[in-house]
Amino acid sequence: MKPPPFHYHDPETVSDAVGLLSRLENPKLLAGGQSLMPMLNMRYVLPDNVIDLNKITALSYLREENGALMAGAMTRQRDLEFSDVVAKRHPLIKEAILNVGHRQTRNRGTVGGSLCHLDPSAEIPTVALALDATVTVAGPKGNRDIAMADFPAGYMTPAIEPDELLIGIRIPAWPQGHGHGFVEFSRRHGDFAIASAAALLEEDANGKITRASLTIGGVSKVPTRMRDVEKALVGQIASEDVFRAACEECRKMDALEDVHAPANYRQHLATVMSRRALMAAHGRVGGRA
Amino acid sequence: MSGDTRNITVTINGKTYKEEVEVRFTLADFMRQQLGLTGTHLGCEHGVCGACTILFDGLSARSCLMLAVQADGHEILTVEGIAPSADELHPLQEAFRDNHGLQCGFCTPGMLTTLIEFLRDNPDPTEQEVRIGISGNLCRCTGYQGIVAAALDAAKRLRDAK
Ligand code: FES
Ligand code: FES
Repeated sequence: MKPPPFHYHDPETVSDAVGLLSRLENPKLLAGGQSLMPMLNMRYVLPDNVIDLNKITALSYLREENGALMAGAMTRQRDLEFSDVVAKRHPLIKEAILNVGHRQTRNRGTVGGSLCHLDPSAEIPTVALALDATVTVAGPKGNRDIAMADFPAGYMTPAIEPDELLIGIRIPAWPQGHGHGFVEFSRRHGDFAIASAAALLEEDANGKITRASLTIGGVSKVPTRMRDVEKALVGQIASEDVFRAACEECRKMDALEDVHAPANYRQHLATVMSRRALMAAHGRVGGRA
Repeated sequence: MSGDTRNITVTINGKTYKEEVEVRFTLADFMRQQLGLTGTHLGCEHGVCGACTILFDGLSARSCLMLAVQADGHEILTVEGIAPSADELHPLQEAFRDNHGLQCGFCTPGMLTTLIEFLRDNPDPTEQEVRIGISGNLCRCTGYQGIVAAALDAAKRLRDAK
């Protein structure tokens, strides 16, 4: 037996979960368990109380609303993987989700768990940021929305209060005809990405870029929108040289340094992953690929 | 038992178990230590190796990353439940035997459960799809070649049997 002793709670409603969260000593929320369970098994975390969210069925949904994708915090990653709406309207999410762990972990892992764990290399926060998503959290004072751009407060730390709970995310779709690209570099399939890039592009009939979105994961402490690169790209005629020049900016990123890669290697990968993601997006504009 | 416990009812390989379980027990430890179902193996115990893979309500999951209490009211298939009877192998198991899909056998329970789900969803996979399908399962012995061959062979056997 690996996990330390704890008290176990399995509320069936969000308000019960919020109540437990504010009342209990040193609680931890258990969503899909694909990050918390390893940490419990290794006793990196020693909660006095585990609040299991798996019985809150109201947090498990996936639907389209006014052109945006609405997903519950407890919606499984596999539900994104096998959703027709995601495949048709959110191809960036579809491409990214196949890089999230493995089939066995996507079957359990949740959207909300990945967002709140906020691993710098996690794919779901990266694409959520790329798509200007908004998350909703519930707390004792009711619900509030947080723009994905304001969600990462620091390394693996979402801007959520200790008595709040993420309940869902709203992800706007880009118009039909946009191009998307998600690429990542990892040692083996399904490993944590050392660097990843998510790109979205819109171009006019002459190939001039009218709208661009670029987000890098795995390089800095939190997934990072590259606004300067986006600005540099809009108005230019898309080409590999244009992308290469604009992506040089990524070399200036404040990069993590760990056993997997030194900072300058991550910065280099950031330029390469960005260019590849943009090239992939460009190749798909207007349904080209 | 030293900590909090709960009573759970869980169906494993068609048999229903009613048990009192400590809430901090992982599903894998519960099955192995409390029920004696040692077919499910534990390698890393933190979600990396895939040896502990089971089917939870028909979907593959790592049993080292679930609590036993979470299995209350659910249905589980482990490697012990794959073969149709005590003296007959499942076509996937036959294919593993015939293609050197195992050596020490440590990874095999997880490989088999993973591939049962994979072949159910994708009865005619390419070699590349098989490799991605088992990318969450580590094998220290075979170099994967035999496992991939076994999976492709099993796919064919299962298609022919239909
Ligand atoms: S023992 Fe569960 S994944 Fe290794
Ligand atoms: S057969 Fe020995 S680990 Fe795979």
